[in-house]
Formats: sequence, structure tokens, C-alpha cells
Amino acid sequence: MNAAGLIFSNIHDGAIRELTGSRTMASVPFGCRYRLIDFALSHMVNSGITRVGVVTHNNYQSLFDHIGNGKDWDLARRSGGLKILPPFIASFSSPIPDKLYTTRLEALMGVLSFLKNCKEDNVVLSDCDAICNVDLSRVFAQHRETDADVTVVTADVEFGKYEFNANVVRVTSDDEGQILGFTKIRPKSGTECLSTNILIAKRTYLIHLVEYAATKRQTDFYLDALLPNVGRDRFFVYHHKKYYALIGSLEGYYACNMELLDPRVNRDLFCVPNFPIYTRVRNSAPTKYTACAEVKNSLVADGCVIEGRVENSILFRGVRVGRGSVIRNSVVLQDTVIGSNVSLNCVITDKGVRIYDRRVLSGHETLPFFIAKGTSV
Amino acid sequence: MFKKKECVVMLLAGGQGSRLYALTHKVAKPAVPFGGKYRIIDFPLSNCINSGLDTVGVLTQYQPLMLNEYIGNGFPWDLDRAYGGVSILPPYQGKTSSDWYKGTANAIYQNIEFIDRYDPEYVLILSGDHIYKMDYSGMLAYHKQKEADCTIAVIDVPLEEASRFGIMSTNEDGSIYRFTEKPSQPDSTKASMGIYVFTKEKLVKYLEKDAADTSSSGDFGKNVIPSMLAAGERMYAYSFDGYWKDVGTVSSLWEAHMDMLGENPALNLDDESWRIYSRHENLAPQRIGPNAVIQNASITEGCEIRGTVIDSVIGMGVRIMEGAYVKDAVLMSGVTVGRGARVEYAILDTDVSVGDGASIGRPRGEASGVTVVGMATRVPSDYVIGDGEMISEIKESRAE
Repeated sequence: MNAAGLIFSNIHDGAIRELTGSRTMASVPFGCRYRLIDFALSHMVNSGITRVGVVTHNNYQSLFDHIGNGKDWDLARRSGGLKILPPFIASFSSPIPDKLYTTRLEALMGVLSFLKNCKEDNVVLSDCDAICNVDLSRVFAQHRETDADVTVVTADVEFGKYEFNANVVRVTSDDEGQILGFTKIRPKSGTECLSTNILIAKRTYLIHLVEYAATKRQTDFYLDALLPNVGRDRFFVYHHKKYYALIGSLEGYYACNMELLDPRVNRDLFCVPNFPIYTRVRNSAPTKYTACAEVKNSLVADGCVIEGRVENSILFRGVRVGRGSVIRNSVVLQDTVIGSNVSLNCVITDKGVRIYDRRVLSGHETLPFFIAKGTSV
Repeated sequence: MFKKKECVVMLLAGGQGSRLYALTHKVAKPAVPFGGKYRIIDFPLSNCINSGLDTVGVLTQYQPLMLNEYIGNGFPWDLDRAYGGVSILPPYQGKTSSDWYKGTANAIYQNIEFIDRYDPEYVLILSGDHIYKMDYSGMLAYHKQKEADCTIAVIDVPLEEASRFGIMSTNEDGSIYRFTEKPSQPDSTKASMGIYVFTKEKLVKYLEKDAADTSSSGDFGKNVIPSMLAAGERMYAYSFDGYWKDVGTVSSLWEAHMDMLGENPALNLDDESWRIYSRHENLAPQRIGPNAVIQNASITEGCEIRGTVIDSVIGMGVRIMEGAYVKDAVLMSGVTVGRGARVEYAILDTDVSVGDGASIGRPRGEASGVTVVGMATRVPSDYVIGDGEMISEIKESRAE
């Protein structure tokens, strides 16, 4: 595929502050063994992209830790491969903002040199706030067929079930898929056709847009840079019909993890032939279930030791569940240690939480109880 | 230019492992899967890197395809290095002679040039057929402290089993005065683990001597060690007291898997301080179904468990359907057990598929031995495989 990739690691950090206090949205753990960026990276790698830039803003230590040199995604390359793009702040008078970027458009201004140095004719942009398995090569085929300047991947998203703390972009298009307009909305309910923020643009076109935006001090990618060109330039939608979940709050994060227990969702995400989701290898031992373990309807990563009861839960790598403990409807992040005779229901424990013997903690499906990273209970 | 290497490791991985029958029809013994997500060779390779040894030559001969592909550039073990790292050393055609590896010592002899490139003081010889966690740096330090020419790692075995091993008789200071291969009347319980540290000069000297002797079978245990002892070289035994298992037979391979299970397992792989590395496949998390029963089991990535699994070790991507019953079994990667099928006291090799309602093996108490089903065998629905059988294919006619 004749395209380079560009991933925004921080754009939606505000949506789930609980989990992004010390990490980027991209490195939020998800689904037993993944981090949110794994989805974006895997889409790109599976479609044959071999040059990927990751735009960072702040708190990116955990992200660096996770992606390393990109080897686990086969992106440790002599030519191309994975490139981390730390924030760029112009030092002298320059059209590029002289402070840390706050919008997608400003972020693009900061990575202009990366865009210019790519040899590929197209650029795929992606965020890290969605769970999906997109076949980018199909999007690309359409992009080429329609000779589009920009192809925006859209998806129908239902709102109202959980709180949603981010602005999204509604995309309207005609029957031919030609884009008619973009609107920024903060949806409360109903189903909306949204931009997934996964889009393919002609590289020279994108550079031109961003350079022009810089001289005009524009700030919003959709409204300032794209919208005025609607009707004049070739903007098309590609509608993604398979599973797509946007994470916009802690409740949404919880629900999204729980949805993985649905075999259909699980298949759509993890069992698509030739479209594996890659993640960092941790070299954990296989998970051990002792003689008194009782595990039902759950997803379990490697490296766990389970001596108690686990139902309808998601267990990440290296979790310990002590004897007599009962874990129900919970999302237990990596290296959580749960003592004996503990009872958890609708709880999210962040990385490295320790829960001592006989603690009883419960939240509710609509309001999961969150325990912050490294806390002891 | 890089710094020279103090110690080069030569890992003998050419063994056929004929006593593993169907399990080694298509792969060399070191490439046999172990413990759900490992292969036997992961143990010596991980031990090397954990011991700070980063230059390893892997000598292959029998069915090397899988092994070559698996080891690759050594990245999973952190052995892809600018200088050193892992190299695969198959038999090759020389200018004046070309030969298969006659024996363990002969294999090393044919690769002296490889060792010379790193100009080491010491050479560590390992074999690729044991399951153990060992810090070789302790053994190397012992070798230096004793100013030995050759140090052999030994493990205490029960006296009644001693006649199965090469037995070292030692003085109080650890020096070896006699070595007997499989003695009928053992006078010591110190069994050789097949791990040797040689001072390089001496190794080269005796390998050359051995190669010149046409009657020699080119083997360390049979030829080189006895000849060094006879010449009065400084030979020492280094005692190891951790977990060590020769998985050369079907029953010992099964036992080693069972050693992973239980409260305080004899073989603990969940050990932060001594990780065993392996080449990973990217598989989804384990999916445990609503009616699953899992007791005392080790399960890994990509599995889907809907039936019952008791006292078993389950490999990557295994699917166990509703109503299936798996007990005392070792299921390697990619195995499928159909609805209502039973698997007891058995080893199922990679990609075996067991049809609905089929039955393999018998309960452990009643069985005559472990049942083995070879790689990618398709067991038809309602088919019965008895206890202790070794099956590597099922002909369609039998499947009726």
C-alpha cells in the first residue's frame, strides 16, 4: 500500500481522565493484553504500511515503553518503520505555533517535516480512541478508485447508553459518497454517522492544507482546513460497517471491555483471518488455574494465577486471584494482585493495584468502581 | 572491532529423539513443543541469555527446518547481536572432506572455526533435550576457580536410576576420578547432565586427537571425556540441585508437563527472575466459555475453552468444545477437541483435531501408558484410540 501512517496518541486524553492521568490514550490497556494504539498500528501493518509516525504530546513514557522500536509490529525497519514524533515547538518566528499543540491541525503542523520526508504518495491518519478492525487496504482501493484527495472512514455510533466526554465530527455525504459537510457535535443520544478520524489523504494535498492552515493560524482540522474545500476538492466517505466502539468515558471503557465477552464482537476483532491485532510481547508464562479455580465466561491473558472464582470478567496479564475470592463483572488490569476471600463486582482496577484479603468492593454496570494505578486497598 | 568473547556456547540440537516416536517424525527433539507456548530449546537458549552468555552456535542435523525457522535471528531470546548472538551450524561440505556429524564431539570438531572467530577462553557445551533452569555463570566461575580443564555438571539421581545415566565418581574436592556410562553397579549417584565447560585449548587438543582416531564414534561421553580422564587432565564435577528433566521419552515428557501444575510446582515458569523466552504468536486472549470447568491446568493465549479441563497443560490456540472432557493430558498448539470427546492421559501433538464424541486414551489409573497422537492427525468423530497407543496417522479406511 502506497501510504505512510500517522497516529495521534493523545488527542482524546480528556475523555477518560481516570486512565490517562499518567499515560496517553494510546497506551490505555484494553482487552486483556492490548493497548489502544495496538488497533491503529495493526490496521496499518496488516494493510502493508511500513512507515508509521506516532505523534506525542505529553505523558508518553508508557507509550515509549509499550512500542519500543516497533519490533512487535514488525516496524523495526532500516528504511521507514516506526518513528516517534515528540512535540515540536517552533523556536523562532515561524507559522508553526510556538507552544505545545492543542488540536489535530496544530499537531499536523508540528510533524510537517515527517510528512515531507515520507516517500509514499498517501498518508493514513488514525486516533487511538476506537476499538475496531478496519481493512485499510479496502479503504485505500476506494481512495484510489475515486481519485479522492481525502477519504474519511465513517461509522455509525450509538450514544446515550453511557456518558460521552468528547466532541465528535458528524459527516454528511451524498449517494455517491461525496462529502457534503462536517459538523462538530457533543452527542447525548441517538445514532450518528461520525468520522472515525481514520482517514487517507494524498500526501502532497495534506501538506498543502497544513501549510496553508499554518499561515492563516487555523486551529481546527475539519472545520477550518477541510470544510471550506468541501465541494471543490474530492472528499469521500468510506463507511465501516463492522464492529466499531468509541471510548469516550470510563463507563464506555468498561462497557467496551465487557463487550469482548460477546463471541460475535470477539470474532470481529480478534479472529479475522490475516488481520491479527499485534501487541507487545511480554513473555509471560501460561496462566495457571489451581484445583480450586472456577472460571466462567471470561477473557484471561497469560501470566495469571487463578485460585478463586472469576465470572464475566476481563483479566489482564499477570493478575493474581487468591483463594476464595469472587470476581464478577470486573476489568482487572495487569499485575493486579487480589488476596483471598475478596469480593469484586463491577470494578476496574488499574495496573498494579493490590487488594488485601477479605475486601468487598462493588460498583454498578452503569457506574463501575475505579481503583487508580498502584493503589492498595 | 568488537571485544572478544570469554565463553562461546555450543548447543547440540541435532538429536532425533527417536523415543518420542510420533512427536519427532517431523521435527528434531529440541523443537518439540513444551509447556503450552515453548519448545524444548527455549530452555537452554533462555538459560544462556539469563546467564549473560550471548554467543551461541546451534548445531543442527536431523529435521532442521522447524528449528531454523523457530530460532531465526534469535530475537526472542535477545540473541540478535551485532557481534555474537545465535548462529545455526548445520553440517557442511568442506574442501577436503564433508561429513555428517558423527557424534556430539565430532559436531563440535567440525565447527572449531566458528569458535575460533570469537577467540574465547572457554567453551560451554549444552544439549537441547532437557527441561531445566540453570545459571551457567556459576558453573563457569567454578571452572575458573578450580582451574579445571573440563567441568561437567552433575545432578544427584536415586541410586536405582543411576544405571540409566553417565555416572561420575568424584573425590572430596569435586575432581572426577572415574566416569562410567550407564554402569550396572553404580558407585555414585552423580549423573552427568550433558553440560560441559571446557578450557578451549584443551577442547581443541582432544577434539583433534579424537578426529584422528578412526575407530572413535566422536562422542563426548564415550570417547573424549574418558580419553581426557585417562590422560590425567583436571576434570571437575559441578553439582546442580535445581529442577532438571531429560524429556527423551514420552512418559518423561508427560511428567515434565505435570511438574508445571500444582500449588508449588517443581517447574515454575512464572518466574520473574529467570524468564523462559519463546517466539510468540500473536493470539487473542483466552476465552473461557459459560459452562467451562477448569481445575489445576495451565492454559495459554488463543485458547477457547468451553468444556472441561482437569490436570492438563494446554497449548496456544487450542479449542475445547462444549461437553468435551480433557484430563491428565498435554495438548500442543492448535489442537481441537470436538463436542463430547474425551481425552485422558495423552499427548496430542500440534494441530491434532479430535472429532465429536471421539475417545482417546483411558483414565490414568487404568491405562498401560500415555497415548500419543502425532502432528496434524485428524481423529474422526466417535473414533476410539486406546491407552498407550502411538498414532501418527489414521487412514481413511480405518476411519469407517
